[in-house]
Amino acid sequence: MSEPLVALYVFVLACFVGYFVIWGVTPSLHTPLISLTNAISGIIIVGALLVAGFEQASFTVDLLGFLAVLLASINIFGGFLVTQRMLSMFKRKK
Amino acid sequence: MQISVDAQAAAYLVSAILFIFGLKGLTSPATARRGNVLAIIGMIIAVAVTLVSPEVRGYNLIVIGGLIGAVIGVVIALKIHMTAMPQLVAMLHSFVGLAAVLVAVGTYFNHQAAGDLDTLLMVELSAGIVIGAITFTGSLVAFGKLQGILSSAPLVFTAQHWLNLALGIATIALAADFAVNGHLVSLYLIILLSFALGVLLIVPIGGADMPVVISMLNSYSGWAAAATGFTLENKLLIVTGALVGFSGAILSYIMCKAMNRAFVSVILGGFGVGEEGGESSAMALAAEKGVKAAGVEDAAFWMDNEGAKVIIVPGYGMAVAQAQHALKELMELLEGRGVTVKFAIHPVAGRMPGHMNVLLAEADIPYEHVVEMDEINPEFPTADVALVVGANDVTNPAAKEDSSSSIYGMPILDVYRAKQIFFIKRSMRPGYAGVDNLLFYRDNCSMLFGDAKAVCEDLVTALKTA
Repeated sequence: MSEPLVALYVFVLACFVGYFVIWGVTPSLHTPLISLTNAISGIIIVGALLVAGFEQASFTVDLLGFLAVLLASINIFGGFLVTQRMLSMFKRKK
Repeated sequence: MQISVDAQAAAYLVSAILFIFGLKGLTSPATARRGNVLAIIGMIIAVAVTLVSPEVRGYNLIVIGGLIGAVIGVVIALKIHMTAMPQLVAMLHSFVGLAAVLVAVGTYFNHQAAGDLDTLLMVELSAGIVIGAITFTGSLVAFGKLQGILSSAPLVFTAQHWLNLALGIATIALAADFAVNGHLVSLYLIILLSFALGVLLIVPIGGADMPVVISMLNSYSGWAAAATGFTLENKLLIVTGALVGFSGAILSYIMCKAMNRAFVSVILGGFGVGEEGGESSAMALAAEKGVKAAGVEDAAFWMDNEGAKVIIVPGYGMAVAQAQHALKELMELLEGRGVTVKFAIHPVAGRMPGHMNVLLAEADIPYEHVVEMDEINPEFPTADVALVVGANDVTNPAAKEDSSSSIYGMPILDVYRAKQIFFIKRSMRPGYAGVDNLLFYRDNCSMLFGDAKAVCEDLVTALKTA
């Protein structure tokens, strides 16, 4: 199986996992769900690291990589922290 | 230190599993925080193994960029008000979109320098750029509308959809040219056209359709990450992108279903045009229309009975007026007098999915008191009082009774079945859908005119003095 086809397999199967996992999320946590998915889509930092860490690249590529790392980093830190903040407000009756 | 390709792939698999369990944690508020922590661990592993991979040779830019981003992210997350969550997520979506574009362009140059470009890669790059760029500018427009920088009213003009279609076709043609002939100028044009498309796709969508827009952009940001995964042949990005993409897609579906609108009709926009009306003398207009107005003392009298049941229906107006803390006080006061208090949440109440739940949680209202539509509807007939705070269309019985109404068929909260309804409203202006609320003309409905927060505080005072 060629590499792109393997990637397609992974993608399609992950879609099914996503489908079943997300339907299980309680509607009261839909806002934290969005902020959590926000945080984990900061995984794009993996791509950003590969671009920014590619040495001997041109100044343009360095700049692109640097900005991408910065943006993804805001998402990761901001996303996880605000999710934690929100979730800590959901309390049971005392 | 360097890591083998297989070890790295195995670590990425662990990250992917942790992300899945992290999302699974949101099944219940009790396990949600642990879920968030699992996802954080997954992210740390993913970043760590990427940093030690042989492809990453320089660290200066990474450390500086990462630190600046971390500081900005932490400050925003700590300072943001809960009412501003819709804006925050819109902004974060735009960052993912822009990062996807930057990574795709950077990847192109790196491959070009290494001399290993091929058509498939360039198709994948184009896809990543288009989705990323649309996510970026689309989210910026959503942010502007939510923040009040742009008008939240839908912006529609002649041949709007044809223009979008033409831009879409042009983008695909340019992508084909870029993939086959490798013209760099096509790449830049793709970015520009996609930026324009992102703006044009979101401007016609009105404020109250924002829950769909946010969910949709959430989904796009996931697909952008997945497309980046294809270009980098990185399975973790593909899996994560698919999870996020599906999450947003499912939320969009739930929101559309809760409005009884087709996804396409929401996207094409233009709903709720001409909703602006005068605010002149609410009381006079109410009397003219045969609507009853009541005072807070009446409402307090109805609620203040041991064994009574009060269902509170919050909507976007509660968020605008910041009435959630006053409601919490009202709840505690009533409970102290033996009254059962519950909150009924319509799926599209507010500006994003779950918006009301977060605001009520912020006000320290225990989540057991906050009940979703399908679960609370059978309880309205046994409720002594339904108190509507800043909601409108989602309580309109026209959705069930008037087949000519534009909201006919939309699932509503069965507020009209309560013994007595008190409806807090600033004026007699119709809601977002521009439809008159038939609830107002019912015998069991009385209006409490005024700002949601002020009325709730007056209610508390009236109860205390009673």
